[in-house]
Amino acid sequence: MKLTRRETLFIGMGAVVAATVPLPALASVEDAVAAFTGGADVGSGGITLSTPEIAENGNTVPVEVSAPGAVSIMLLAAGNPNPDVGTFNFGPLAASQTASTRIRLAGTQDVVAVAKMADGSFVRTANEVKVTIGGCGG
Amino acid sequence: MISRRDFLQASMAASAIVGGSGFGNWAQLAAQQRLTQDQLLQFDTFGNVSLIHITDIHAQMVPIYFREPSVNIGVGGNAGVVPHITGADFRRAYGIEDGSPSHYALTSGDFSALAQGYGRMGGLDRVATVINSIRADRPDALLLDGGDTWHGSYTCYHTAGQDMVNVMNALRPDAMTFHWEFTLGSDRVHELVDGLPFAALGQNIFDAEWDEPAEMFPPYTFFERGGVKIAVIGQAFPYMPIANPGWMFPEYSFGIRDENMQEMVDEVRAQGAECVVCLSHNGFDVDKKMASIVTGIDVILSGHTHDALPEPVLVGETIIVPSGSNGKFVSRIDLDIQNGRMMGFRHKLIPIFSDVIEPDKDVAAVIEAERAPYKDQLSDVIGTTDELLYRRGNFNGTWDDLICDALLSERDAEIALSPGVRWGPSMIPGQEITREDLWNVTSMTYPEAYRTEMTGEFLKIVLEDVADNIFNPDPFFQQGGDMVRTGGLGYRIEIDKPQGERISNMTLLSTGEPIDPARNYVVAGWASVNEGTEGPPIWDVVEAHIKAQGTVSLQPNNSVEIIR
Repeated sequence: MKLTRRETLFIGMGAVVAATVPLPALASVEDAVAAFTGGADVGSGGITLSTPEIAENGNTVPVEVSAPGAVSIMLLAAGNPNPDVGTFNFGPLAASQTASTRIRLAGTQDVVAVAKMADGSFVRTANEVKVTIGGCGG
Repeated sequence: MISRRDFLQASMAASAIVGGSGFGNWAQLAAQQRLTQDQLLQFDTFGNVSLIHITDIHAQMVPIYFREPSVNIGVGGNAGVVPHITGADFRRAYGIEDGSPSHYALTSGDFSALAQGYGRMGGLDRVATVINSIRADRPDALLLDGGDTWHGSYTCYHTAGQDMVNVMNALRPDAMTFHWEFTLGSDRVHELVDGLPFAALGQNIFDAEWDEPAEMFPPYTFFERGGVKIAVIGQAFPYMPIANPGWMFPEYSFGIRDENMQEMVDEVRAQGAECVVCLSHNGFDVDKKMASIVTGIDVILSGHTHDALPEPVLVGETIIVPSGSNGKFVSRIDLDIQNGRMMGFRHKLIPIFSDVIEPDKDVAAVIEAERAPYKDQLSDVIGTTDELLYRRGNFNGTWDDLICDALLSERDAEIALSPGVRWGPSMIPGQEITREDLWNVTSMTYPEAYRTEMTGEFLKIVLEDVADNIFNPDPFFQQGGDMVRTGGLGYRIEIDKPQGERISNMTLLSTGEPIDPARNYVVAGWASVNEGTEGPPIWDVVEAHIKAQGTVSLQPNNSVEIIR
């Protein structure tokens, strides 16, 4: 079994543990967005991303994204070594343009969603999700 | 045009002028050295609905001393505003005279001296007297318990919460929400909740696997009181699986879920609710932010961060009422609900002075019955204290200094870590420390005192992580505890820096040398949230240390340098 740095910390601690993120893979996020949009301008609004403020378990973080009228939504985890999460495509008969899944986050980072609308325009949103283990709740 | 917000603000002003909060009067009473039950309970019944709020009792059935914090730093938009002002500043803000009963009940200064004069606070038999008196004025008043009820004492631990369930049932609550209760483990929580004769609420308690509302904990319940349809929505502690061991209740997921809260408010309004009350275990700053996002809540009864304020705080058209902890206070809030709107309120934070308020005989008997089987263990004296022992405050309190000393000596460690929980009553100099007193500050279901090695780098990560859980400027990222307490380790903290940059000058106190990021240090601590932690229970470690000392005395702790 290959242990990540984070798992090693968890095992070694026996107490409160924190996860730190390697340098955010910002360049590859912007590359992925550019590849998705073909370099078109990206607006905001009309896209809702639901994430917990603080992940209960960084290995399985529930994420829901909704963009009424979208044909396609791309999800990225900006701080993961590989930011790609997935792209959801909605056919013309889709009742709603909403997708939910669970993703693994290597540490505190932005989750990014970009939607391609039916008219070919793009909108983007992002939420920060904190990955922590405090252990000191009052 | 007069807005509803103006009405609500007028309620606040009127309450101060007529002494509805009772505070002007108390100072006078102090001058006369006279404080009576009638004066503590005096209240001109108002409007058509009464709410009674008690929260964060932490299983304190009998009167205790509890010193409020002297350090309670607010960040971001909450810097310098209540509850983040303490001591003399707090007294000035509310016009509380030095030396008055409210000085003793609400602030930290001169605690030991005032405690001698005013005596212990709380006791659920006294609380029962207050509740009975309110019910005499308004028989259908709602009694709402904000949670952290089934945790925090010797008897609560040994009965797995049954003692508190039995005593609280005697008070006849109408609804409850949760936090530390879940550390009893989900099986036991299910068993206890199944038997409750009142609603167990939490709009943010979800099934972890399906991310759907958990069936056992409905989001809200309705009451018809004074001709008014009232909805009470529960909000459990949002960060339970993070701040406490999630492996003890793996079936559940929490979170703030403010969007779902808005949906619930809209849903109950659509079903005809004329008054919406949120029974919350969010913590005060989280409740303020939630009130600014979610519209349509009239009253948030606020728990978790153990704040007690003599007046509600108004956010938009929502009043937020924090009611302290450990049975020290009961809040009474009378509301005037007209045509589905809250047009005014009257509020009083009632301090439970145990020597002034007569115990209710029936509830006193229930408490006695719960304690009787453990009488010998509870009263066993294990030492004496020369110090004021307290915990509450953002950084080390003297109780934690003592616990850290015990970890360093009994577990032969270089550095000790003790969790920044906010529960745990105080003791005044000269008191004998009984086993009950020790368990009041250590009792929990994951008490193992571990001994391990950590690198200097990792210790910094731990401190940075916990500091960000308290001092993140966004309240939704705050977990509501205090800073982890350290023994053998000094550091500097710059409160307003971002995570990763707050902690510096980490020093190993035994040698005075800077902490080496690459070196391993022997660290002892307790209350790990990780499954499988090994070690003796913390109460045995501290008891051995106190017995070895006989009489507890402590060196002043100046190991944390706070930069604002």
